[in-house]
Amino acid sequence: MNAEAVIGIADIRPIVPELTLIFAGLILMMLDLIVKRKEIVAVVGIAGALVALFGTYKLYGITVDQVAFARMFVLDGYASFFKLIFYLNLILTICISIKYMVIEKASFGEYYALLMFSTAGMMIMASASDLIVLYLGLELMALSTYILTGLMRKQPRSNEAALKYFFLGAFSSAFLLYGISLTYGLTGTTNLKEIATAFHTLSITGDPIAYLGLIFIIVAFGFKIALVPFHMWAPDVYEGAPTSITAFMSVGPKAAGFAVLGRVLFEAFGSMQVEWGAVLIPMAVITMAVGSIIALAQTNIKRMLAYSSIAHAGYMLLGIIAGTQAGLTSTANYLMIYTFMNIGAFGIVIMLRSEGFQGENLDDYKGLAKSHPLASALMLIFMFSLTGIPPTAGFIGKFYVFMELINAGYTYLAIIAVVFSAISAFFYLRIIMYMYMKDPEGEVVLTTSPSLSIALAVSAMMVLIIGVFPSILLNLVRYSILGTY
Amino acid sequence: MEDIILNQLSYSILSWTVFLPVIGAVLLLFMRSANLIRWTTLGVTIATFFISLPILSNFDKSTYKMQFVEKSDWIPSWGINYFIGIDGISVLFIFLTTILSILCVLVSWKSIENKTKEFHIAILTMEAGMLGVFVALDFFLFYLFWEAMLIPMFLLIGVWGGKNRVYAAIKFFLYTLVGSLLMLVGIVVLYYAGGKTLDILALSRAQYPLQMQYWLFMAFFAAFAVKVPMFPVHTWLPDAHTEAPTAGSVILAGVLIKMGAYGFLRFSMPMLPDATKFFVGPIMVLSIVAIIYGALVCFAQKDFKRLIAYSSVSHMGFVTLGLFALNTQGIEGGILQMLNHGIITGAMFLMIGMIYERTHTRVIAEYGGFAKLVPWYAGLFMILTFASVGLPGTNGFIGEFLIIFAAFKSKMIYGVLATTGIILGAGYMLWLYQRIFFQDANPDYEASGKHPVKDLELREVIALVPLIIFIFWIGFHPNTFLEYMHASVEHLIGQLNETAYAGNENMIAKYFMEIF
Repeated sequence: MNAEAVIGIADIRPIVPELTLIFAGLILMMLDLIVKRKEIVAVVGIAGALVALFGTYKLYGITVDQVAFARMFVLDGYASFFKLIFYLNLILTICISIKYMVIEKASFGEYYALLMFSTAGMMIMASASDLIVLYLGLELMALSTYILTGLMRKQPRSNEAALKYFFLGAFSSAFLLYGISLTYGLTGTTNLKEIATAFHTLSITGDPIAYLGLIFIIVAFGFKIALVPFHMWAPDVYEGAPTSITAFMSVGPKAAGFAVLGRVLFEAFGSMQVEWGAVLIPMAVITMAVGSIIALAQTNIKRMLAYSSIAHAGYMLLGIIAGTQAGLTSTANYLMIYTFMNIGAFGIVIMLRSEGFQGENLDDYKGLAKSHPLASALMLIFMFSLTGIPPTAGFIGKFYVFMELINAGYTYLAIIAVVFSAISAFFYLRIIMYMYMKDPEGEVVLTTSPSLSIALAVSAMMVLIIGVFPSILLNLVRYSILGTY
Repeated sequence: MEDIILNQLSYSILSWTVFLPVIGAVLLLFMRSANLIRWTTLGVTIATFFISLPILSNFDKSTYKMQFVEKSDWIPSWGINYFIGIDGISVLFIFLTTILSILCVLVSWKSIENKTKEFHIAILTMEAGMLGVFVALDFFLFYLFWEAMLIPMFLLIGVWGGKNRVYAAIKFFLYTLVGSLLMLVGIVVLYYAGGKTLDILALSRAQYPLQMQYWLFMAFFAAFAVKVPMFPVHTWLPDAHTEAPTAGSVILAGVLIKMGAYGFLRFSMPMLPDATKFFVGPIMVLSIVAIIYGALVCFAQKDFKRLIAYSSVSHMGFVTLGLFALNTQGIEGGILQMLNHGIITGAMFLMIGMIYERTHTRVIAEYGGFAKLVPWYAGLFMILTFASVGLPGTNGFIGEFLIIFAAFKSKMIYGVLATTGIILGAGYMLWLYQRIFFQDANPDYEASGKHPVKDLELREVIALVPLIIFIFWIGFHPNTFLEYMHASVEHLIGQLNETAYAGNENMIAKYFMEIF
């Protein structure tokens, strides 16, 4: 409706971090041609991410939401907070990848460039205030991730995972486009705020087409964040992909999916909260149930963590179901905490992978505490955090979600959630049990590298610090999204 | 705030008491030699005990108010404070915890040779967690300590325990976790009902709608009843007690299971008085079932340690019976009986650990004639047996007497049935003593060349003597301990009586009709 808005040089300012990342990605591709040691590429990648992070930090302090490109792109605290998650995800992933990709014989410079592009896509998603820009960001993220999944091209399961991920991803994109077009047909706009206005002025809130558009959009993002029943791809893809990419995927695209889902549901479909609540509540319950229960039967740790990540998506969804800004805040908070604990856990899984040894079976963890007490202690921290036992950060994440959920009147959902939380405790405990309470069956060699150690140390420290002094994170997330402490 | 007395001392005595073990645990991380680790842990536990001593001399017994209070901002956006303090109900548990922790280190001196460092770190974090539970005055802080304690306990049972340790550890963890998580939901509901605060004192002053009280009571009951443990949810206890290493059993029996009862006293009763009165009947019945069922099961046990574990179910039944009699004698008797049980059963598990190190069996039938082989051991165990059955002159008598008195006061039939439990208790304990120490000696142990069973060492006697002293001290002069509780217990009774729905039994009856 405001088609005559002019796009000028000032519009560039809010997207400087995204541009920096893409530019850094391009530099990495060039660098790949001239340097032999891919570690250098990785370090340059981290530097690029830090420069972009600095850009986001400089733009962070501005309290007024900045819009650009005819209000298709918005930079507010909400977007900035999610971008912080993406940066952490990117940097930690690069740190845990360097040695691992060499062992997998898949150490290409493109790997790091694609991580950059994928992260840029996520950042565009978090900032999108228009369905078209949203789609743009989504595809940039998704296409990069498809390639990353299949990077171990000599391994059939990696190929299978990439293909599966690509087909189902393409499928979900189609759903999204269908939802977008239905919504556009009904309201005549793709801008989120204007959709909300159109619902109001045209009084078409109860229109069946609006339902349909809403459901298609939820289905599309249900694929991205692996909500049951759209989770089928997740275990296979998580198992087949390089472990570092599994870590990356279990946090990044999921966080981006939640960022977008939150923004679309709250800004565009805010008037249909009852309707989308009715869709999301059963989805959240079966997501927690399927994730927690099927994880009990897994013997491959990557698959187990895949199901665990499905269950966690269920808990995160509860914050959105609460239907308040504070609920959304609790979801964002959970995602930040999840980043540290999940990448930490995958970091240990990567440690067990060494030349000629997969280290993905639960049996490989038998007696680990005897031979490698420090690595086991870190894994113990991450597992208890994923379970949600204080004084780890995982507890703070769950507590905040339950708080907002109960405040919104969904006490029964909180009770269901804690029951599944108790069920899920069993498979996390089982890993601890294998490490500490069984005797080792063979010699396990851990592959360590300085960058991996740093990533693990940072993750474990953050899990404990946030667990004991949650104010640090809470102030940040509340200030970013709610505007108050 | 009129309910608190800020810390009377010039230093934060409670914080030091709680966090000194944590500092010790961090120090252990950097140590290598097993002996250095043992001595440091012993030093830290003794230091913790001595640091906490000024609490006793400075404690004001004439008031129910929270003392030695420390309060500072912690999570301001949720209105949660670092808020700690103690009153007459919690003060004695601090000492029970610090003393038993020292003994746990002593008794593990020789038996723990595998992963020594991790074991002692677990003991110290455990101690900090237990102390934290008793001093926390913010529900969030309480929950943090309450749950954090599960981690070291899970490892203590699972790593250093007996044959079935993994099963017992996971069972223990899952049972308590389910209960605690339900309580967590209750805590959040209470947070909004009480005006967005988790300050325990403020929550106790506020009043809640009747229906909410019922639900909250059940949510809290889930957590506390599992921990106590009360009758239908007690099955984790025999497994955990039996499989845990000696130090783990002592901590479990001595302190950990007291926390459930403490939870009833600190949360359920003052915050939800109407619901407490509403649920008194079923809880009394469950307590009596626990007393009698626990005692009967003891008769059938073949394992020394498992028998004592089941006797805990029976004894904790007495504790909940006393507490929910809801009168002064009952509550004071209940608290005293918790201390008694901590001392007696703690000492018994210590002694079982000592004899197991020598014989490597816990099967009762393989013992026999030990009064001759280890006379000192037999003598000390005799004292414990008498204390456990409640012989006058020992602490068990005082606690059980108060509880039985309160039970009769509450309802004749409760008193009669509880007394039956005492008789059964005397039965299984004396029979146990007879089978182990008298009878014909097991030929295996008599032929001294094969399995020489030595009598107690000095280190072991030192570990037991303090507990024996307390058994007689409480037995002959219980007032030393009871006078700490009087003011607080009276205040609690007052809170129970002054309720929003006092005298409005019709309404409760109406609600009762609605449910069924």
